[in-house]
Amino acid sequence: MATYTLISSNVLASSAASVTFSAIPATYTDLVLRLSLRTNNSGLNDSLSMIINSDTATNYSFRWLRGNGAAASSSSATSASAFSSNAGGVNGDTSTANTFGSIELYIPSYTVSQNKPFSLMGVGENNATTAYMNPIAALWSNTSTITQLNFTPVSGTSFLSGSSFYLYGISNA
Amino acid sequence: MPHKVIVDCSTGEITEVELTAEEIKDMEAAQKAAEAERKAQEVIAAAKETAKTALLDKLGITAEEAKLLLS
Repeated sequence: MATYTLISSNVLASSAASVTFSAIPATYTDLVLRLSLRTNNSGLNDSLSMIINSDTATNYSFRWLRGNGAAASSSSATSASAFSSNAGGVNGDTSTANTFGSIELYIPSYTVSQNKPFSLMGVGENNATTAYMNPIAALWSNTSTITQLNFTPVSGTSFLSGSSFYLYGISNA
Repeated sequence: MPHKVIVDCSTGEITEVELTAEEIKDMEAAQKAAEAERKAQEVIAAAKETAKTALLDKLGITAEEAKLLLS
């Protein structure tokens, strides 16, 4: 039976430009991140950028679906220098006050010597007719074991106080 | 001064470090590039949707009818 173990977490007491999990142990089979995010972007939503192991080469590709309550779309990116959640799961600072977007990021087999596929489900929270949600399939084309994850907002310059970052390891997945 | 948060998973230690001027410059450049990329992707997606709608109009069929033809 698979078990979740909390590796590390951080709830921001004040705004921060980035959050990094370093020295991630290689003792689990999969990683799961649960994030609750709001940024200072002056819009309804923002996107989450993730860089793995400080790799800013063009090794990230991803395809996403996106809906906002009125329209749906799909697109993709290849040879990107960072992963981006593309408007899902990160509230901007004009969304309903004190609300946060939610993200679950799943990274299976993060220690195997193969390229690393991963997935994200993001849902914004907004007490209005428009709110974004999106699932994303992604790939980091690198065979290294994942030891570090770095998160920054794409449009804003900082995550706001109350944003939370939880990193879990899964055993026997 | 903006700062970054580093969570060391081996010790559980959480460190807050002020960004250097160079890091701020790099971060702003990366954010500009990412935002431009995101907007470009939105333009591409919107153009695809417009082209699809125009084609359906030209053919005089609905999206559901097009799906039926392709099924």
